[in-house]
Amino acid sequence: MRAQTIFRWVCLSALLLPLVVLLLLLAQLLFQGSGRLGLDFVTSFPSRKAELAGIYPALVGSVMLMAIATAVAIPLGIGAAIYLEEYASHNLFARMVELNVSNLAGIPSVIYGLLGLELFVRLMGLKQSLLAGALTLALLMLPIIITACREALKTVPRSYQEACYALGSTKFVAIIKVIIPLAMPGILTGSILAISRAIGETAPLIVLGAATYIAFVPDGLDSEFTALPIQIFNWVSRPQKAFWNDAAAGIIVLLLTLLILNLLAIFLRNRFERR
Amino acid sequence: MFHCHKKLCCENFFLAFLMASALISVGITLGVLVVLFTETFIFFEQVSWRDFLFDTKWTPLFASKHFGIWPLLAGTFLTSAIAMAVALPFGILAAVYLSEFATSKTRRILKPLLEILSGVPTVVYGYFALVFLTPLLQQFVPGLSGFNALSPGLIMGMMIIPLVCSLSEDALYAVPMHLREAAYALGAGKVTTICRVVIPAAYSGIKASVVLAISRAIGETMIVTLAAGQQPQLTLDPRVPIETMTAYIVQVSMGDTPRGTIEYQSIFVVGATLFAITFIINYLLGAKRRTS
Repeated sequence: MRAQTIFRWVCLSALLLPLVVLLLLLAQLLFQGSGRLGLDFVTSFPSRKAELAGIYPALVGSVMLMAIATAVAIPLGIGAAIYLEEYASHNLFARMVELNVSNLAGIPSVIYGLLGLELFVRLMGLKQSLLAGALTLALLMLPIIITACREALKTVPRSYQEACYALGSTKFVAIIKVIIPLAMPGILTGSILAISRAIGETAPLIVLGAATYIAFVPDGLDSEFTALPIQIFNWVSRPQKAFWNDAAAGIIVLLLTLLILNLLAIFLRNRFERR
Repeated sequence: MFHCHKKLCCENFFLAFLMASALISVGITLGVLVVLFTETFIFFEQVSWRDFLFDTKWTPLFASKHFGIWPLLAGTFLTSAIAMAVALPFGILAAVYLSEFATSKTRRILKPLLEILSGVPTVVYGYFALVFLTPLLQQFVPGLSGFNALSPGLIMGMMIIPLVCSLSEDALYAVPMHLREAAYALGAGKVTTICRVVIPAAYSGIKASVVLAISRAIGETMIVTLAAGQQPQLTLDPRVPIETMTAYIVQVSMGDTPRGTIEYQSIFVVGATLFAITFIINYLLGAKRRTS
């Protein structure tokens, strides 16, 4: 009996320790970053002086990156998922695609950066632009979206589709009018999770050659850009410790964004489950 | 008749779009392979395999260039090993708690809380390792440098715990109840049942989580870039600055290296090595892959 109690406590502390670390991390961030937070921080450009620096271009850059990446990745992701779920379940091509999706999910994100560097920056001549960065992130989001969309499509009962056919509808109409609308909450949840993964990605953008110091707001697809995680990385890696406060404040903004995205995903999932 | 024709055209277009989307995912993988191997091929026209495999120095950015991959491999191995030493015991024990001890209510609260950990961007963990953990550890560990393998390794382990925990818990939870009951019927206690029956029965699922955790640790970039330093050294001392494969790729990318130089090609060689290692781990060890 005693052994069981000890073992139980060992297991429980293994579970609680990482949560304690998470709390320490949050406490450290608030301690170091709260002094810098404020409207000025969000609306200022980066600066050589730590106490004047802000995240405005990085924030705008992150928002634009995510908007473009989402616009590219979601249609492609849904398309591939529908193909895999509804059209090709057993042929060689489908198996190849399946293998690839899981393969893509296992590639370290820094390697996506190398692909983006060669493919978008050099071969397609996009330079280190917003578009190149967004396309690279879109590649990263694809496997997550495809997997989530397939799960969402699977939850739509077969009988709905059969009811469509009974009414004389074609497969195309059944998919567009019935299956996709019903799977929509699941698709949205998966997409939001993909966005919240991509918004924190730093390595692929750095490898792509995203600038770490930008004092203007990107004004087009071909503009140079920076993003929130890159700005944070830039501040943490500086030798002057005053910039660590800016980094902490930037991290708080990033984590708040992630929190909002995740709450949105949970909200959608709950609404979905209730139906 | 015309209406029918239009509809058919629309459907064909739709199917073509679906196939194209599916094809793009195949194209990306091919793209990765082509990009990595083209540059790697050019690299090995200038540097011999022998130097790459047997030289013990990695100094492509210095005047006297050496291209021995071992220092980068050692750095990657060291941080990953430390991360595993944290993530595997903690992750599996946490999974045992959730699956075997926790009530369904605590499980519903604790599991999502734990999963927050894996949603935190790695640049944040890098900040934490460099700004918080390293100074803290320096008070206990004599001779710990400002950049070292220990602190990013530990933090990386923390980051990976939810992955190990979540997958292992699925495996433990799936072990049929009658196996446990059979063990109790034979007079085994709960600890014996868990250690001798439940964990062995869930072995393949737990193994898959371990494999995935290792490949995540090897590919992790920002924590080691920020906190482990940028000095490729052939050492297994966790207290000194080292450099991992991923950190090297980032380091070179930061300083605008022109295409066609050996420095530029070297990041693709390191990328190809990284890809090959994660590929071998994922496929030969047969992990069940998961995207999120």
